Amino acid sequence: MNSHPIDIKINPKHTNRRIWLSSASKYLFSLSTVFALVVLGVLIYRIVSDSIGWLNFDFLTNNLSIFPEKAGIKGAIIGSVGLMLVVIPVTLILGVSTAIYLEEYAKKGKLQRFIQINISNLASVPSVIFGLLGLAVFGRALNLGSSILAGGLTLSLLVLPIVVVSSQEALKAVPGFLREASYGMGAGKWTTIRKVVLPVALPGILTGSILAMSRAIGETAPLVVLGIPTLILKIPSSPMDDFTALPIQIYYWTLDTVLTAEYANLAAATIIVLLGVLFILNSVAIVIRNKFQRSF
Amino acid sequence: MENEKSLQIRNVIQNNIKQRGHRADRLMPVVFLMLASISIFTTAGIVLILVTDSIHFFSDVPIKDFFSTRLAPLNAKNPEFGILPLINGTLFTSLIAMAVAIPVGLTAAIFLSEFASEKIRRVVKPIMEVLAGIPTIVYGFFAYSFVTPILMTLIPNLGAKNVISPGIVMGIMIIPMVASLSEDAMSSVPKAMREGAYGLGSTKLEVTLKVVIPAAISGILASFVLAISRAIGETMIVAIASGSSKNFTFDLTQSMQTMTGYIVEFTSGDAASGTTGYYSLYAVGLLLFLFTMLMNLVAQYVSRKFREEY
Repeated sequence: MNSHPIDIKINPKHTNRRIWLSSASKYLFSLSTVFALVVLGVLIYRIVSDSIGWLNFDFLTNNLSIFPEKAGIKGAIIGSVGLMLVVIPVTLILGVSTAIYLEEYAKKGKLQRFIQINISNLASVPSVIFGLLGLAVFGRALNLGSSILAGGLTLSLLVLPIVVVSSQEALKAVPGFLREASYGMGAGKWTTIRKVVLPVALPGILTGSILAMSRAIGETAPLVVLGIPTLILKIPSSPMDDFTALPIQIYYWTLDTVLTAEYANLAAATIIVLLGVLFILNSVAIVIRNKFQRSF
Repeated sequence: MENEKSLQIRNVIQNNIKQRGHRADRLMPVVFLMLASISIFTTAGIVLILVTDSIHFFSDVPIKDFFSTRLAPLNAKNPEFGILPLINGTLFTSLIAMAVAIPVGLTAAIFLSEFASEKIRRVVKPIMEVLAGIPTIVYGFFAYSFVTPILMTLIPNLGAKNVISPGIVMGIMIIPMVASLSEDAMSSVPKAMREGAYGLGSTKLEVTLKVVIPAAISGILASFVLAISRAIGETMIVAIASGSSKNFTFDLTQSMQTMTGYIVEFTSGDAASGTTGYYSLYAVGLLLFLFTMLMNLVAQYVSRKFREEY
């Protein structure tokens, strides 16, 4: 064995520079997160300060008006609630069923993979395209126009992939021995799913569904594409009525700031209400995740 | 007592076996398959509607006129449907967004994955999630009523509607997406590789730049491509802040309309069913759909092609 002596020359200056560079880069990289933090702070500060004096009880309970001082978002709140009343049952039934099929019944094969790929592709289709789908199918072909039902069904298809994927995760997390115990008791597949698998997976399914709801409630583009009229003074009373919703109202009021600057205050106040709703939804999701998630 | 319990269990088992082969067990798979196929019908519906209505459109407007720079859909006498102004608007807003989202998102990912302590990570990650969860309409309001006025004091001749402000805000919106996808890629690089490099005397920065990033490059590049796809499809920010000018221009300080902005503006006006204008929505939608699908395919290809297996 003839080994070459390794010639290491350590230049302390060079080493020091490398170490200095490394620790300096930490602060450089941390700047990006500071930037995100600052933007979030400025955004919230700006919206809150715009809405001060405008966000009060009257604002929540008044109807729309062409006079900014009198305008309220009662109609938009009812419209958004109406949308959710359509979206929640439709996405839960479709989403959970799809997840159950994919996780519990489908054989690993072409059909299962096809549906799975299809769902992940759907998740990346821009929301405005769902608006075009809704306009052609629900709005025109089924003649639902720009009603709550048409808007709700459009939003349901939009958030369906989120519900499917999160429900799949929840079903996957149910340990195999629970199923086996159930089969061991002579239970059939459907009984096992209904009485063993679903109750255990329920918190996970609910968490994912609530997050999907919070996506749907802030979604604007598909509703605008459906052709929601600019000013609706009538409060919707049935799913077939025309409506306005919180994000739509923000959109039109933001565009209206060209007319009077006060519309910006209305938009900001509506944003606070929307963000408040999102905050509550997300808090509920976190509570469900932490409280009811069983571990085995 | 013991006997009674086992009797009960036996009863349950007997009961269960009696119910076996029950209609439900044969029926439910079919029901679930039918409900699961709704997602396939949705995709099929999107493609079918975009294609058929685009065929209607192209029977009225020759393809040559579609790829022109002249766009005037509401001109009563002589409507023109050139898409190049819209592609221009989409391209520039997306480019500006990428110029913000990629550097900030990637450095945030590096910081979170390699440099930050667990404590900082626990504070920063939820903040990123909040940024990602804010509806785009809120970002649109922010761009138009806050960022644009600030930029107007910095850049002379900046229009109230312009491309720069929505581009920047769209970039901010996409930062969390780039950061979290890139961070996932980087934190899945095995620890042993980092330790090997440290053992040879590397500094943290050298490990990051020469070991972790090359190893995670497939995931990082895929996150960039997905971010582009997101920017192309983003609607409300550009609909509000970049306006609806249909001029073919390269002047970023002025209004440009994106493809998504066109769809939103034109339907919320009265696009009567069956007119060329109505069908033009679907032609633009088809192009938008193809662009985003292409980006997703590229992302999948990139993450497969450059994947390093450890």
